[in-house]
Amino acid sequence: MIEVRNLSKRYGAKLAVDDLSFTVTPGRVTGFLGPNGAGKTTTMRLVLGLARPDGGEAVIGGRRYRDLVLPLRMVGALLEAKAVHGGRSAVRHLMWLAETQGLPRRRVGEVISLVGLDEVAARRAGGFSLGMGQRLGIAAALLGDPKVLLLDEPVNGLDPEGIVWIRNLMKRLAAEGRTVFVSSHLMNEMAVTADHLIVIGRGRLLADCSTAEFIDRHSHAQVLVRTPDADRLAELVSAEGGQVERSGADTLTVTGIAAQRIAELSAWSRLVVYELTPQRGSLEQAFMEMTAGSLEYGSHSSAGGAGTDRGPAARAPEYDRSAS
Amino acid sequence: MTTATVASTAVRPRAGRLLRAEWTKISSVRSTAWSLAILVVTAIGFDILITALTMASWQTASAAQKASYLADPTGFLGPALGLAQIPLCILGVMLITSEYSTGTIRASVLAVPRRTPMLAAKAAVFAAVTFVVGEVVAFASFLIGQQIIRHHIPVSLSDPGVLRAVVGTGLFITVLGLLGLGIGGVIRHTGAAITVVVGVVVVLSNLARALPGTVGTHVAAYLPTNAGVLITQAHRESGNLLGPWQGFGVACAWTAVLLGAAGYLLNRRDV
Repeated sequence: MIEVRNLSKRYGAKLAVDDLSFTVTPGRVTGFLGPNGAGKTTTMRLVLGLARPDGGEAVIGGRRYRDLVLPLRMVGALLEAKAVHGGRSAVRHLMWLAETQGLPRRRVGEVISLVGLDEVAARRAGGFSLGMGQRLGIAAALLGDPKVLLLDEPVNGLDPEGIVWIRNLMKRLAAEGRTVFVSSHLMNEMAVTADHLIVIGRGRLLADCSTAEFIDRHSHAQVLVRTPDADRLAELVSAEGGQVERSGADTLTVTGIAAQRIAELSAWSRLVVYELTPQRGSLEQAFMEMTAGSLEYGSHSSAGGAGTDRGPAARAPEYDRSAS
Repeated sequence: MTTATVASTAVRPRAGRLLRAEWTKISSVRSTAWSLAILVVTAIGFDILITALTMASWQTASAAQKASYLADPTGFLGPALGLAQIPLCILGVMLITSEYSTGTIRASVLAVPRRTPMLAAKAAVFAAVTFVVGEVVAFASFLIGQQIIRHHIPVSLSDPGVLRAVVGTGLFITVLGLLGLGIGGVIRHTGAAITVVVGVVVVLSNLARALPGTVGTHVAAYLPTNAGVLITQAHRESGNLLGPWQGFGVACAWTAVLLGAAGYLLNRRDV
């Protein structure tokens, strides 16, 4: 269990984390979502005691990270692709980590096999690909068999096979009753992995709810209707208060009215309907809508004077895929 | 997962765990081992070369040169020390700055969130390594050098101050390595820290000697390298403000202050 209470962190004039409070509970995968610069990594660093908060506190299992004895047996963290000296082999890197926690040597072999690095374990980590480095980072996180896992962008640099692997691993770890807290800017990845979402923007909490609820709440469900009587149906739907968009000669996109109601309306008026498809909003859509007002780096076309409004407006955000 | 493996083990005390871990860190980077080996060989080789050349031209050497050799027969340890001091300082710097440049520092701090013991263990392991290296260089240089000069200047470990000077050479190298570690810990950036170390060890000590008057003499005497080098000399030169052990104490104090500052800042700063 991770509890974040009124956490704040200031870098110069900028509040990177602003009075943030949330709880991450065990037994499910909790996604940590936010646009670039929203403060996800900073929050994780504060929870892990790497940075000092300017206000509030974060505790894991009721204790601050700094107060944990043998912390890697309680908390596993993956922060960057590579936090390894390039001149050291994977096995020796894990070995010194294991020694700090009094873990036996064979545990190193176990996690190496678990992440599939057996063949390169004795090689210098400097020659590792991004994906191999990521697997080594995950091996380090799992070394102490921790009850709590914090993973910052774990799918970064992994190939499709690796992505499926980490996805299943996270689900399995959560199913074992562990607390799994994973940040990502890949919203579709979160949609298939996370049971629960914590969404932040500009260091502030925007949402703390289940993934399904988040999508329902923040995206307008649409219904695609195909009918030869498009004009007539459009009138009926508009009269009921729905918004209609004509997207083809016989195609309507309806917002604001459920598919069942459209079916009833067309049946009563004896209109033929070829197709009636409810389209659930995507997490991506919900996320964009939610964070539209809190984008750190919007796609500004003009430079804008210093200190002027950094107004994000409703512009489509540009997501940097390389980092957060 | 394999909970049994993790849970069933007894945990040894913290100091033992951290010393082992720091030893694994320092011994698992191949370049460290290589540079130490090369350092030992070149320092001893350089020392032999200089001593042999001096002895070969002994007949034609000036009276002043002869006098300086006779005044301190362990003076032939100087070239080895001069060659070894900067590389060892840099090794000390890199031991900590490489953790910052590679990101290993975050792994270290996650494993040991109370950070001071981690730095203490690192300093202890590095001190042990440099002490062994320093003493190997010192004794090898002395024993070989002794054979080279014995026809002109007979010198023995049992002569007054000689054993202290030889052992002291290794001790001084150890303190210089730790000084580098302290400066590296404070500055964190490899390039900047190396610049400062070279400045302190080489430039500052010579510059201060050039200061006029008694103030200059005092400032120069209490700088870490000027004070620390006294322990490597068998005979006290007239006019030295500090005795050999006093000088060594001053160098240790500098090092302790820098390591203390590094520890304090390590705890204060975000990593």
